[in-house]
Amino acid sequence: MAVTDAPRIVTARMGFKDSHTLDRFLSTGGYDGLRKALSMTPEEVAAQVDAASLLGRGGAGFPAGRKWSMLRKDPVTYLVVNGDESEPATFKDHLLVERDPHQLVEGVLIAAYALQVTQAFIYLRGEFAFGLERLTQALNEAYDYGAVGQDIFGSGFSIDVVVHPGAGAYICGEETALLESLEGKRGFPRIKPPFFPAAIGLYGQPTVVNNVETMSNLPWIVLHGGAAFAALGEGRSTGTRLFALSGHVKRPGTYEVEMVKTTFRDLVYAPVYGGGVRGDREVKAFVPGGVSAPWFGPGQLDLPLGQDEVGNAGSMLGSGAITVMDASTCMVRAAWRITKFFARESCGQCTPCREGSGWLERVLRRIEHGGGREEDLELLLDASDNISPGLQWPPQQTTICVLGPSIPSSIHSAIDMFRDEFLVHIKEGRCPVA
Amino acid sequence: MSHLRPDIVERARELVSLYPEPRSALIPLCHLAQEQDGWLRPEAMEEIAALVGITAAEVRGTATFYDMLHTEPVGTYLVSICTNIACLLGGAEELLAHAEARLGVHAGGTTPDGRFTLEDAECLADCDRTPCVTVNHRYVGGLSIEELDALLDDLAAGRRSDEIPPHGTLVRVRRNGGLRVPLAQLAAERAAMAEAQADRARAAKDEEAAQAGAAGGSQGSEGRGTA
Repeated sequence: MAVTDAPRIVTARMGFKDSHTLDRFLSTGGYDGLRKALSMTPEEVAAQVDAASLLGRGGAGFPAGRKWSMLRKDPVTYLVVNGDESEPATFKDHLLVERDPHQLVEGVLIAAYALQVTQAFIYLRGEFAFGLERLTQALNEAYDYGAVGQDIFGSGFSIDVVVHPGAGAYICGEETALLESLEGKRGFPRIKPPFFPAAIGLYGQPTVVNNVETMSNLPWIVLHGGAAFAALGEGRSTGTRLFALSGHVKRPGTYEVEMVKTTFRDLVYAPVYGGGVRGDREVKAFVPGGVSAPWFGPGQLDLPLGQDEVGNAGSMLGSGAITVMDASTCMVRAAWRITKFFARESCGQCTPCREGSGWLERVLRRIEHGGGREEDLELLLDASDNISPGLQWPPQQTTICVLGPSIPSSIHSAIDMFRDEFLVHIKEGRCPVA
Repeated sequence: MSHLRPDIVERARELVSLYPEPRSALIPLCHLAQEQDGWLRPEAMEEIAALVGITAAEVRGTATFYDMLHTEPVGTYLVSICTNIACLLGGAEELLAHAEARLGVHAGGTTPDGRFTLEDAECLADCDRTPCVTVNHRYVGGLSIEELDALLDDLAAGRRSDEIPPHGTLVRVRRNGGLRVPLAQLAAERAAMAEAQADRARAAKDEEAAQAGAAGGSQGSEGRGTA
């Protein structure tokens, strides 16, 4: 089992019960990264992040340094942190917000300084009521400590940070929908171009949108240097990353592992991570990066946890959510439940997604409940093709945002890998597994 | 006569002041109104509209987009059971079916006594403890059928009110810092800093050019001087 000795970068304090307090934070190097950043020029800080080649940890995996460099010059710019963690089976930002809120605040301040933004917002999903309390508490402490607000640590740099609650909508994790929501509107994604946030973002001003985990890496990167971060992992996938492991494993949880040097098999079976499949059954399939990602089978367990490695194999690491399904899982039911989620969460702007998701959900439901028809499998693939032409990876899209083309992933995977199981449901009206 | 309590209005005004544009405070204000009433009463939506400078129809039109904002009354305890993929694998459908039978309502329904609203929730991001259950958006862990029964008994008897606040209460911690820096001042500071940086960059470039000139043709022979 490859469990590397890479340092724990974002979960270093998680062993302490009081990891969320300012006292613990300060006694373990807290706000040292910010102090160091403030002693550098903003360009020097940005150069370290660029050197780290930190890939965004939200889902799309876009290099943070490059995203920063695209921010249009303007006297008024914004930083918005995406903490709307809603991709099913993703629960890593939840941990970071509740257990180390000061680390997040410090990361936000470092980014705000490097980017010289006018104001920063942390958008947290509304369901994180406890996380909102922890983060608000931390921010209050940070203001009193002098780390936020006017003339931070006497550096002459001032910034205000606002914690903003969402109110329950998956689509608000999409960055332009999040900005709409932050403006007090329905979370309707904006069309790109022209609405790339770096050019036209919050209130029409240039805006950088970064994920919570991306921000939480910044204090370490500034303290130890971008090169030290880039020395971990391999290729484009540098550093460590949080993986949220769920489903039929003995030890579900959030684990920080070195990218590429660790495989899916390591994560599922190593005693310090997943500890193997419950009941020592076989892995039937697994979702490698959130339910928007096409599924993998046991044959892909030895793939390294790297962005390109997984991308080239036809799926994505996405939000870092890995869900293991063992031999007792009904794949029709799994695909149906995931599709039901998308049908519920489609914002309704684009016809292929709005109508397609509901249609697909109803067809899957009737197969699961014994009312399936012979032609249903072709119907599912045909309707999926209308949302994402060619059903290829990476997906084509007929919609404003990528929620639409995410819908076919699990349907296409399930039919591809488990066609016989679907046929038994359709022909015999029963599940061969359950 | 204001429908929203004076303390709620005061907090609402504080929240509005945090944002460059008042409408941004819409969702936080809806949460505040729910803290008072448990749901969004039409009168509350009228007042929120006035506070952020839009129409009540726009408030309703926005609120109905979001699962956590309720335009109908909701029970004292909002019991949410996640049935998404990780929880499905952990037995969530069976747990939800049990809760429906025990409470005598379908998912989405409220018990006749107004005590419980049951919700078939999407992923609540606590997937290592399945099936994930929250009460009034507070995590109570992954629950077995027996544990859910015990929880519902406790709630019905008024126990556990220390860990579970009333429905609608999103954040019990009040922000005590904020907007000590006017945005216009910040923008001016940033502009001055950007100018200083540009000056430094120009100076560095000039110096480099001067050095290149002093070094004569040797730099040019390396391919830098041709432009």
